[in-house]
Amino acid sequence: MLSAILAITLLAAAFGLLLGYASIRFRVEGDPVMEKIDALLPQTQCGQCGYPGCRPYAEAIARGEVDINRCAPGGDNTVVALADLLGLDPKPLEVEEQGPMVALIDEDTCIGCTLCIQACPVDAIVGAAKHMHTVIELECTGCKLCVPPCPVECIDMIPVEEDLANWKWPFPETPPKSEAADRVSTSTG
Amino acid sequence: MTNHTPQLWRFHGGLHLAPNKAQSTHAPIASMPLPTRLIIPLQQHIGTSAEVGVEIGAHVLKGQVIGRAVGYVSAPIHAPSSGTVVEIAERPIPHPSGMSATCIVIDTDGRDEWTPVQACPDYQSLDPSALRNRIREAGIVGLGGAGFPAFIKLNPASAHGVDTLILNGAECEPYIACDDMLMRERADAIVRGAQIMRHALLAKRCLIGIEDNKPEAFAALAQAIRQCSDTGIEIVPVPTIYPAGGEKQLIKVLTGKEVPSGGLPLEIGVICHNVATAVAVDAALNQGRPLLSRVVTVAGAGVRTPCNLDVLVGTPVSAVIAACGGYTDDAKRLIMGGPMMGFTLDNDAVPIVKTSNCILVAAAAEAPDPPPALPCIRCGACAEVCPALLLPQQLYWHSRAKEFDKVQDYRLFDCIECGCCAYVCPSHIPLVQYYRYAKTEIWAQERDKRKADLARQRHEFRLQRQQRDKAERDARMQQKKAALNSGGNQDARQKAAIQAALQRVKEKQLGAANAPEARPDRSKDEEHPTGPVDPSQSR
Ligand code: SF4
Ligand code: SF4
Repeated sequence: MLSAILAITLLAAAFGLLLGYASIRFRVEGDPVMEKIDALLPQTQCGQCGYPGCRPYAEAIARGEVDINRCAPGGDNTVVALADLLGLDPKPLEVEEQGPMVALIDEDTCIGCTLCIQACPVDAIVGAAKHMHTVIELECTGCKLCVPPCPVECIDMIPVEEDLANWKWPFPETPPKSEAADRVSTSTG
Repeated sequence: MTNHTPQLWRFHGGLHLAPNKAQSTHAPIASMPLPTRLIIPLQQHIGTSAEVGVEIGAHVLKGQVIGRAVGYVSAPIHAPSSGTVVEIAERPIPHPSGMSATCIVIDTDGRDEWTPVQACPDYQSLDPSALRNRIREAGIVGLGGAGFPAFIKLNPASAHGVDTLILNGAECEPYIACDDMLMRERADAIVRGAQIMRHALLAKRCLIGIEDNKPEAFAALAQAIRQCSDTGIEIVPVPTIYPAGGEKQLIKVLTGKEVPSGGLPLEIGVICHNVATAVAVDAALNQGRPLLSRVVTVAGAGVRTPCNLDVLVGTPVSAVIAACGGYTDDAKRLIMGGPMMGFTLDNDAVPIVKTSNCILVAAAAEAPDPPPALPCIRCGACAEVCPALLLPQQLYWHSRAKEFDKVQDYRLFDCIECGCCAYVCPSHIPLVQYYRYAKTEIWAQERDKRKADLARQRHEFRLQRQQRDKAERDARMQQKKAALNSGGNQDARQKAAIQAALQRVKEKQLGAANAPEARPDRSKDEEHPTGPVDPSQSR
């Protein structure tokens, strides 16, 4: 009996020490929930959610201050993913969903004032003072933040078009393509 | 070529399908009249699209490069015939999306005049990388359907070479017979191509797998191998069962080895090429000719004379159909590829590309509209036929529910889209369409994720930079303030400086002749006032 108690006590002590050690040794820096939320946000950094960037919004969600349905570029998919992560019910998007976009500077009109460079949250605009500026398309998140500062209104937001590289098969509920195919026999036949 | 029957293995599942190949194999491969206009897409392969290498209005010769390869996984494009470049524009291309892509349009001049070419029959003297480069420059891509640049799959990736080179002559899909005809008629070219590939790969042996419903092809190849008495090449008849021509399935049947999930055949010492690719490799080395044409099967009840045609890349499908006598009244649906894995074309203006093996003009009976899908009854028929040993009903379930993590747990990306599952499904569920949907969705999500990661990184970098700038600015402010605060001190020093200057003036006035004495004093005085004051004053 005594030996059993002793054994259990020893085991408990050993595991306690082990857990204590592990909690120090493998301590997770930062707030893991916030990091996970941030990982689901599209990083557009547009501020449409009312926070100055995706991370501040993630922090606010983690603190439970704000709803998960305020990310316009993320759209419904992001709401669903966030709801999944946090065990909440997905809500309809509070803002209008915004498809992928990219900024385009009309290089003939640009006066090289550098205001857009200062506004871009991801440094996706290149150009020097008094020289024409250009958007690096691959790095532009489509946040629109560069549009209002431009004094000559030479920045346009262009929706990203579907091309062969980003084309997706449609969800199969739509009827098969036979209708379209019926045209074939009449075109040359 | 040996006479013993080698041991064969079986892959799981599969289907026995009506071959429907005889309708096009009655006549030899025919050539067709030179089309007046060729539409050549810049992307006919997996990888980066080629970039335009000609100008509008330029006169090009047959075999001249008109599209340059960009990066490693890419292939150049050549002019299939001589003529004038009349347009470089977006044109509809054969793709399930029905989208357009950049094409070079050439009006042929009817002379079919070659650009000077240089053959290299002595391929054995080339080192393997030079040999691969030749194949790359010839624009050769996998002609079995996938269109992966062939030279990449001719790199053994180790000094020991690979164990087995497999030439795929199984051609398991109904209607398609272009490889069959090629094996019957150009067996010697296939064998020469196989030898070149074997040399490039340092392959210990080469197996040519042919479905056992193609005795003529088998005989022709056996004859060609006997003639060149190459003991390293062996033809193996494999049972006719769809999809025996799938890369992983053929490897399993011939070698008994399984390609690991998500892995490449090279990992198990095997490389698989199509027989038509071997013909192209032979032409590239022995004649110096790039890949300009391919054999295409035209079949189905919707075309008047089904046949196999040697077609220039860029020939519009409509011209190909016309060369086969045109459409019949039954023509209902135009499919590029076979009935199992092909895709519907909306339009017959699209060109034939390097990977187009078949144009199927199906009548209503051949490609009936599927009845409306019913709920899955969990009968398990799909899992029984799946050659990739997947659980199609689970894949369907999770794809439909858009549970992309779970669908990957069921190895979605091992699905070869053979269509066996959908073929047997009693509920007529378009299973493969769900898998394709899920695959492209997952790729899109991965792209978005990469883009988001890049944006996060750049945004964080920007915040850091702004912080650093602010810290620097603050530091300067501090310094300035500190300088201002020690104002009393400074006044004293300034006074001292003024005093010293006055002193100097006095000294000068007093004894202009005593210059040598005064000089050292002056230099000392000058140093004192400027030194410490400088940093704050210059701002
Ligand atoms: S399409 Fe995919 S899931 Fe269906 S049988 Fe073929 S490999 Fe299996
Ligand atoms: S064959 Fe069709 S009905 Fe049967 S289990 Fe598979 S998906 Fe369900």
